[in-house]
Amino acid sequence: MAHNADYDGQWRLIWRRFRKHKLGFAGLLVTAAIYLVAVFAEFLAPADPNAISPRNTYAPPQSLHFFVTDKEGNSSFQPHVLGYKTKIDYDSGRRTFEENPHKVIPVGFFVKGHDYKLLGLIPTERHLFGPVKSRDRIYLLGADRLGRDVLSRMIYGTRVSMSIGLVGVTLSLVLGVLLGGASGYFGGWVDLVVQRVIEFLQSLPSIPLWIGLAAAIPASTPPVQTYLLITVILSIIGWTGLARVVRGKFLSLKTEDFVKAARLDGCSVPRVLVRHMMPSFASHIIAVVTLAIPGMIVAETSLSFLGIGLQQPVVSWGVLLQEAQNIRAISTAPWLFWPGFMVVVAVLALNFLGDGLRDAADPYAT
Amino acid sequence: MSEAVLEINDLSLAFPISRSLADWVAGRPGKVVRALNGVSLQLQKGETLGVVGESGCGKSTLARCIVRLYEPTSGSVRHHGQDIFDASVRGDRAYNRRVQMMFQDPFSSLNPRMTTGQILSEALRVHEMRSEDQIPERVAELLDLVRLPQDAAEKLPHEFSGGQRQRIAIARALAVEPEILIADELVSALDVSVQAQVVNLLLELQERLGLTVLFVAHDLRLVRHVSNRVAVIYLGRIVEIGDSETLFSSPSHPYSQALLSAAPSMDPDDKGQKVKLEGELPSPLNVPTGCAFHQRCRFADTRCHSESPSLRPLEGRGEVACHHVEKILHNA
Repeated sequence: MAHNADYDGQWRLIWRRFRKHKLGFAGLLVTAAIYLVAVFAEFLAPADPNAISPRNTYAPPQSLHFFVTDKEGNSSFQPHVLGYKTKIDYDSGRRTFEENPHKVIPVGFFVKGHDYKLLGLIPTERHLFGPVKSRDRIYLLGADRLGRDVLSRMIYGTRVSMSIGLVGVTLSLVLGVLLGGASGYFGGWVDLVVQRVIEFLQSLPSIPLWIGLAAAIPASTPPVQTYLLITVILSIIGWTGLARVVRGKFLSLKTEDFVKAARLDGCSVPRVLVRHMMPSFASHIIAVVTLAIPGMIVAETSLSFLGIGLQQPVVSWGVLLQEAQNIRAISTAPWLFWPGFMVVVAVLALNFLGDGLRDAADPYAT
Repeated sequence: MSEAVLEINDLSLAFPISRSLADWVAGRPGKVVRALNGVSLQLQKGETLGVVGESGCGKSTLARCIVRLYEPTSGSVRHHGQDIFDASVRGDRAYNRRVQMMFQDPFSSLNPRMTTGQILSEALRVHEMRSEDQIPERVAELLDLVRLPQDAAEKLPHEFSGGQRQRIAIARALAVEPEILIADELVSALDVSVQAQVVNLLLELQERLGLTVLFVAHDLRLVRHVSNRVAVIYLGRIVEIGDSETLFSSPSHPYSQALLSAAPSMDPDDKGQKVKLEGELPSPLNVPTGCAFHQRCRFADTRCHSESPSLRPLEGRGEVACHHVEKILHNA
């Protein structure tokens, strides 16, 4: 069946309308960029996120310089950062870092670094940018308590944080469409039961519920399983909102004459659902789903920040923010908050995108 | 008399209203809306039967029962002698193919996400009436039939005017070569000039394709224009049925008289003696005993309170459900 060609008209109209929504379109670009970062995290990160460096604990961000001046006073183009001059204050046991103008660390594109598999398939050791000499270290966004590069960790964290939103929402979507659809289509006691369950779940305070459920995950669970369990926990509440939207759409569509006409034509129930009803609410569902992703991301971040979500060595924005939990970290290493900034950017971008999609979803409404 | 294609016998339909908590506590039984109270009529092959009545009298409910959107509480609908609500016939899609319905609102009856071509071919695919490669040909034929340009097949419903949409709806109904068309307020949503176009198209197609049409409308002049026979419905019951011209020129039932005289006349000299009705249409939640019309009827007596009149044929007229019809006509 030429389904794609069939609905081209509708999707083209939606796209045209979406293009006019400036904020939504900007949201789309930023979201796309963030997901690209998530996919190519290894390539984009200059350093191994788990490589520790005791000499560089809490090293501050280095700024990028573009020109070097040699002994004769000629300046030439060479992107570089300056190494640290480290002083240790033995009274307080702290290191203080200063830029050392004589210690030039050249930075280049497509440099060799730690090896990895691109997209999990192609083994390579090239990185988009990094120190030209692979033994050097650069800290564009500073280092954490074990001297790990915050920038690289943040890039790796993008993968987990952004994908947990997608996986969680997919799970919610399946539950929401099935239960909400049944609720709206069959009505009667099915509707009654599903709606009361939704009300019950929504009335539970979410954080304590999550804490309780997360505490039930044994500490020895492997990281991948923890990840999946956390998404399940997030979806337990996430599906309720989606189910309501789907139910509402079903209720309003069920009474439309064209659905009646389809039934009179002798279409089977699945055919009425898929061919006549689905296209009318698919675009709305996409918009609602987009708006649900940021909720998932924030929820994961909160759980991990509280230390009950994902655990080290898994890197997510929430896990990284755990580092910024104590006063000392905040006062001496404010750069540890960068992952929080990323959460804000991602959530805003997705919200704008969702708003734009929602406005564009019904191209026939004027 | 020609052959009856559809026989409706004593059809009744009551919708239960969910009981309120107060009802439940007081132990009162749930209320029911009695939309149809024993409708009997026959649809002859090739005719157009107009169904008229006030809002809420059960016109549309009747139409929906005929296409099996609602299941009647009692009574039967027979299509060529076969009861359409019979368990063995229920799942039979062929009946839905033979009897097609056209809806009132052309803005909600066409799927906004499907092109005209898809809308027209949908039923063909479901009933497997044409092979996949013959479908475009049939769609072109249908567009021709309702005088829409061929490029309409690629367009979405929102690109058409109301009249064009209603013509698409007619084409959709005709796609599966039905025998009976149920037109539920087919043109009520259109403005008058377009109404004429659509109705005339329908009449022309009826003649060409030998269709039988049940035309439900509240516009009396329109019904007079299109129908061979007319049934007047009051509170879910037929009060008078008969030849369109006779019924319109000299209605017999006191309700028909009142209803028809309520229609504005085009003749400026015709001041007319209006038959005015007192009171409101009683609620179908609480249908009066006896003749449902007795509360508003000038001729009602005690017999009308207790005894429900049945339809009986009158000399030179159709069938009328009134105890006093001879007396009324004699006095008039």
